[in-house]
Amino acid sequence: MLSKRVIACLDVRDGRLAKSVRFVDTRDIGDPVEKAREYYLDGLDELVFYDITASSDRRRIMLDVVEAVAAQVFIPLSVGGGVRSVADATDLRLAGAEKINVNSAAVARPALIAECADAIGNQNVVLSMDVRSVEPSTTCPSGYEIVINGGRRPMGIDAIAWALEGERLGAGELVVNSIDADGTREGYAIDLTARVAEAVRIPVIASGGAGLPEHLYEVLTAGKADAALVASMVHYGDYRISGLKSYLHERGLKMRMSW
Amino acid sequence: MAIIIDYDAGNLRSVQRACREVGLEAAITADPDAVRRADRIIFPGVGAAGPAMRSIAARGIDAALREAIARGVPTLGICLGMQISLDYSEENDTTTLGLIPGRVRRFRFESRALKIPHMGWNEVRVTRPHPLLADVRPGDEFYFVHGYYPEPARPEEVFAVSDYEIEFASALGRDNYFGMQCHPEKSGRVGLSVLARFAEWNGTC
Repeated sequence: MLSKRVIACLDVRDGRLAKSVRFVDTRDIGDPVEKAREYYLDGLDELVFYDITASSDRRRIMLDVVEAVAAQVFIPLSVGGGVRSVADATDLRLAGAEKINVNSAAVARPALIAECADAIGNQNVVLSMDVRSVEPSTTCPSGYEIVINGGRRPMGIDAIAWALEGERLGAGELVVNSIDADGTREGYAIDLTARVAEAVRIPVIASGGAGLPEHLYEVLTAGKADAALVASMVHYGDYRISGLKSYLHERGLKMRMSW
Repeated sequence: MAIIIDYDAGNLRSVQRACREVGLEAAITADPDAVRRADRIIFPGVGAAGPAMRSIAARGIDAALREAIARGVPTLGICLGMQISLDYSEENDTTTLGLIPGRVRRFRFESRALKIPHMGWNEVRVTRPHPLLADVRPGDEFYFVHGYYPEPARPEEVFAVSDYEIEFASALGRDNYFGMQCHPEKSGRVGLSVLARFAEWNGTC
């Protein structure tokens, strides 16, 4: 059977590593290539780079980072942030990304998901959704709403409906990022993750809120996630990838334990 | 010269990079003459069997590959590149190369708990020793992404199996041909070990 995956997310701004807390203030925490290599050697199952560069020459910088990482990290590498077209996706793939994450641009123009799926294969298209909880309404009956632009812009789209639409359009995997939980280190949004995972048949990656090893256990069991995304809890050295995996393994989850 | 066959079947540079990591320089090529001249061939690929076979036929790669394999050139098939070495694939109802007797079937599950494609890390259990799997230990996992799986007709051509509700062949081969369903280029140290062994393989097993 498949192992549960631990995925590290590295936010990259201007070629350097940054970690956002509730999507505001970011601070530089190092060289993404070095960090990626360190995690790879420590048993990481998959790596996600998220480009949060604002500058206009962003794409070249990011392609260089991806290229450098792909030359020394031999696990699946997923890249997102600002992917607006098949050309963006193809460039990142040639630089060495396995999977491409689409987010805001897919909300604005859902056909982007299908176009990318046709060009690079469903299994390589990851739909990343930023979600906040709201009062259930006719537009958002689940009580979860899609937001874009780093959480600043509510879209009036129900998160469960969007997950199903993304699957229908050809996304091979979903990242469910709770902006309520993001950066808090108080635990993943369990109910949200479980509801998305129950609605779709593609793998779900839980994101936002990891602070303790038990948070990963919770979201991989009660939250029904296939993979747990971690960021600040490993970036600042509080926990190691290998330590998290050993903990989950000891609690009975199937994990990849030799690397 | 080692080559990686390019037939519009996905991104081949990750295979090339992983080969480089283990000291194997391999050129990416779609030229059938380069396939004929190669002394080591990697036949990778993701995508669908139908378009892949059409692309191979249109470029004349099928004949060149058959000749090379018949001549004893060490050849490694990966994922779709392995699947089309069998006789037939249910994917697009495709007649494939027929290098290894058997067929490729689609995963069919009643249970909603099992997702298709089979994507992620799973154990590859060696069932028959093979030089390319010499460094694979019990419990070692590889990275998989596939919705179809190979079903070789001859048990003696299966070298490793994996479980995804059913048990399927995750490594198969005969003589100088070896194929894996998983992606050694994305499978960390153990995956690189297969490529390192391939770089030095003389084509016997």
